[in-house]
Amino acid sequence: MSKPVNNLEKIRKSLNRRNRAEKRFRWYGLVAVLIGLAAVAVLFTDIISKGHGAFRITYMQLEVNYDQDLIGINNLTDPEQLMLGDWQAIPKVALRNQFPDVSGRKDKRNLYKLVSNGAGFDLKDRLLANPLLLGTSETIWVLTDDDIDTYYKSWLDGEPYAARLSDKQVTWIHELHDEGKIRLQFNSNLFTRGDSREPEQAGIRGAVMGSLLTLILTLLLSFPIGVSAAIYLEEFAPKNGWTDFIEVNINNLAAVPSIIFGLLGLAIFINFFHIPRSVPIVGGLVLTLMTLPTIIITSRAAIKSVPPSIREAALGMGASKYQMVLHHVLPLALPGMLTGAIIGMAQALGESAPLLMIGMVAFIVDIPGGFSDPATVLPVQIFLWADSPERAFIEKTSAAIMVLLSFLIIMNTSAVWLRKRLERRW
Amino acid sequence: MQATNILFLILGLGCFAFYLGRGRSLAIAKPLGGIRHLHSLPSYYGFHAAIWCALPSLILLSLWLVFDDLLINSMVMDALPDIDAPTDAASYNLLLNKIANIADGILPRTAENSALIAAADQMINLRVISRWSLTALILTLSLVGLTWAWSRTAQLFRARPVVERVAENLLLACACLAIFTTIGIVFSVMFESIQFFRSVPFFDFVFGLDWSPQTAIREDQVGSSGSFGAVPLFVGTLLISAVAMIVAVPVGLMSAIFLAEYANKTVRSYVKPALEVLAGIPTVVYGFFAALTVAPFLRDLGASFGLSVSSESALAAGGVMGVMIIPFISSLADDVITAVPQSMRDGSLAMGATKSETVRRVIIPAALPGIVGGIMLAVSRAIGETMIVVMAAGMAARLTANPLESVTTVTVQIVTLLTGDQEFDSPKTLAAFALGLMLFSVTLLLNIFALHIVKKYREQYE
Repeated sequence: MSKPVNNLEKIRKSLNRRNRAEKRFRWYGLVAVLIGLAAVAVLFTDIISKGHGAFRITYMQLEVNYDQDLIGINNLTDPEQLMLGDWQAIPKVALRNQFPDVSGRKDKRNLYKLVSNGAGFDLKDRLLANPLLLGTSETIWVLTDDDIDTYYKSWLDGEPYAARLSDKQVTWIHELHDEGKIRLQFNSNLFTRGDSREPEQAGIRGAVMGSLLTLILTLLLSFPIGVSAAIYLEEFAPKNGWTDFIEVNINNLAAVPSIIFGLLGLAIFINFFHIPRSVPIVGGLVLTLMTLPTIIITSRAAIKSVPPSIREAALGMGASKYQMVLHHVLPLALPGMLTGAIIGMAQALGESAPLLMIGMVAFIVDIPGGFSDPATVLPVQIFLWADSPERAFIEKTSAAIMVLLSFLIIMNTSAVWLRKRLERRW
Repeated sequence: MQATNILFLILGLGCFAFYLGRGRSLAIAKPLGGIRHLHSLPSYYGFHAAIWCALPSLILLSLWLVFDDLLINSMVMDALPDIDAPTDAASYNLLLNKIANIADGILPRTAENSALIAAADQMINLRVISRWSLTALILTLSLVGLTWAWSRTAQLFRARPVVERVAENLLLACACLAIFTTIGIVFSVMFESIQFFRSVPFFDFVFGLDWSPQTAIREDQVGSSGSFGAVPLFVGTLLISAVAMIVAVPVGLMSAIFLAEYANKTVRSYVKPALEVLAGIPTVVYGFFAALTVAPFLRDLGASFGLSVSSESALAAGGVMGVMIIPFISSLADDVITAVPQSMRDGSLAMGATKSETVRRVIIPAALPGIVGGIMLAVSRAIGETMIVVMAAGMAARLTANPLESVTTVTVQIVTLLTGDQEFDSPKTLAAFALGLMLFSVTLLLNIFALHIVKKYREQYE
């Protein structure tokens, strides 16, 4: 009678092994989930740690004199004089007065590089807003150059980075710092200006406006068309080969790479219909075609979730099929459709590949005001800045990403909220 | 008048027609003793009038906008004196652009030859005539439609069926837009690709081993042979996609299994949305992350082991792409795993199998077709992914299977060939469309096959 004992032994051994395998398998799963979560965490910390600095920028205090002879103007209303005036001379003279010991051409040139080369134009705008300042002096904070900004921030953080600065410039910055004449301020330029080659003057306003215009057009086109298509397919379409063909097409379009839509836009809208490049109209049309499948699919799901009893009740009361759809099915399915539309818009907001194809990568300084003004969009702006060699653009890019991500988070949470709030369970 | 103004004019007329039609039906109904004596509700008569007023004009407007430029251009070019008339398509377009720019005031009028200025003037004239005749035509058409609808409105006129039939056709047209989009994609890439294959033989393109799309501007230029062998691009694309899949498939699949079979409800309700955050992040953000954080990190890591890792390595681009695809695979796998009937789990557990054995021996085999379909969809997404590779992968076509080196992909080349200014009919730009054709066909096949598997599998358990 030794056999059963042996079996029990065998089973116990194998049970141990199987339980260990069970534990290991569970660990693999846990590790996989943790890898995913770690990726989210690393991505967000990386972007935030790189980008938080861009919301503040370095300004320095200067005693500026709006001297008429220096600028070369005598009349603030003459546009020609305003255009030809030597505005950059104001901060230059102010810098020389601040550091009277500096002499020699090379040193002077380095000195002038402390302030942003847009500082003169900022002063011009200030002068035009307050014409009485002409001929007087005032103490004012002016924008510094991006290299100064990068150095000053990194120095404050304890890891000075002086790549392109000369030793003299660094000493000047420290002198200014000791006198309290250099400081970080909130970077309002980031939100009020368009793109620029100079990192300290570049802002995302133009890209945000471009995104907004493109999205408005996309929403105006894709929501009504998508909902109509969904209504047709769910409520009216006969079950035949043509309907099946439409369905196959929609499902496939949802999985076609976005860049293909860019090729379509380039070949059809630009080369065939001759719509100009870089304008929100083309961007909106391409993104409409791209988001349409998403909106149709989610709208169909929303229509499907309305119980048949409601339709039957409406038809029983003598409503026509259209009245049934318009008065009963559509209002009940609307929250689900809106959720789908928001998700589709979030997808369109983050999309950049098809927009590269239709020329929305151009360098555009002006803030677009209409659907036919050349524009770029936020993700493409991020792409352009990420490609720029200046170090200061890294934090700008990260800041723009933070803005884009916050838009997306707002959109997605509002979609979730809308679904929870308005969706009915039958 | 501007096209948008005409559009608003039509819409305004439509609203006006709605009120007229509705008012007329009400006026007819009043002496009869109320609207119950009409065949349809008054608003249907309004819609009937609005449709007749606005729909023909809208169709006319869209046709006009499509064709008037073409017509004007050919009229202007026909009127050019013979000496200036261009001989081939390229110079034709160049001259046309020049005339259009003079007409728009972009090019100065001075210093141009008088024939061109005359042509530009003619163009301006024709444009004005076109717009005004369009406005006049549309006004007439709307008013004729309105009168027709007005005259048809009567007590027993069946307005509802008419309106509903038109509405159904409009809905059908919206649904068919998906088909038109597909056709549009096929045509736009086909057309240019055929032109491309005229100058570069198809087999040289598909099987050629050398990719350097710079065509020579001068005859004797060095290093600009303009060879279009796409194999290095295909290999690069596959390499990066393979790296992405190696990251995404195990992680996505295991996390789906963990969330579906092991995690309790609370954990699931927090972890699932957190993972799906990865799917909502724009690809340009992943590209930035790959190019500025992951790639330098891998390069330094490799250097500390004495390996030379390129700063545009396939590993960085593919790895980050894999992270992007994790939620895609995990949510698809989650769907199919939860669709496996509970009875199969219960049966396996009742036979004494542990949970992991149930998963490996019962659930995975049952869910396999769906999982494979999901993975194929993920592969198609990896192949077509653009921004990550544009920002983090290289530009130079290199035929290698080493993920530490820099490779380029089909999408990267499409973007580099088509951004920037170049003439449109050079083989260089046309090559982008040929690559697009390849990309579209491969992803289309993958998608059709995968969707077919997923759908068939779903029906099995429903």
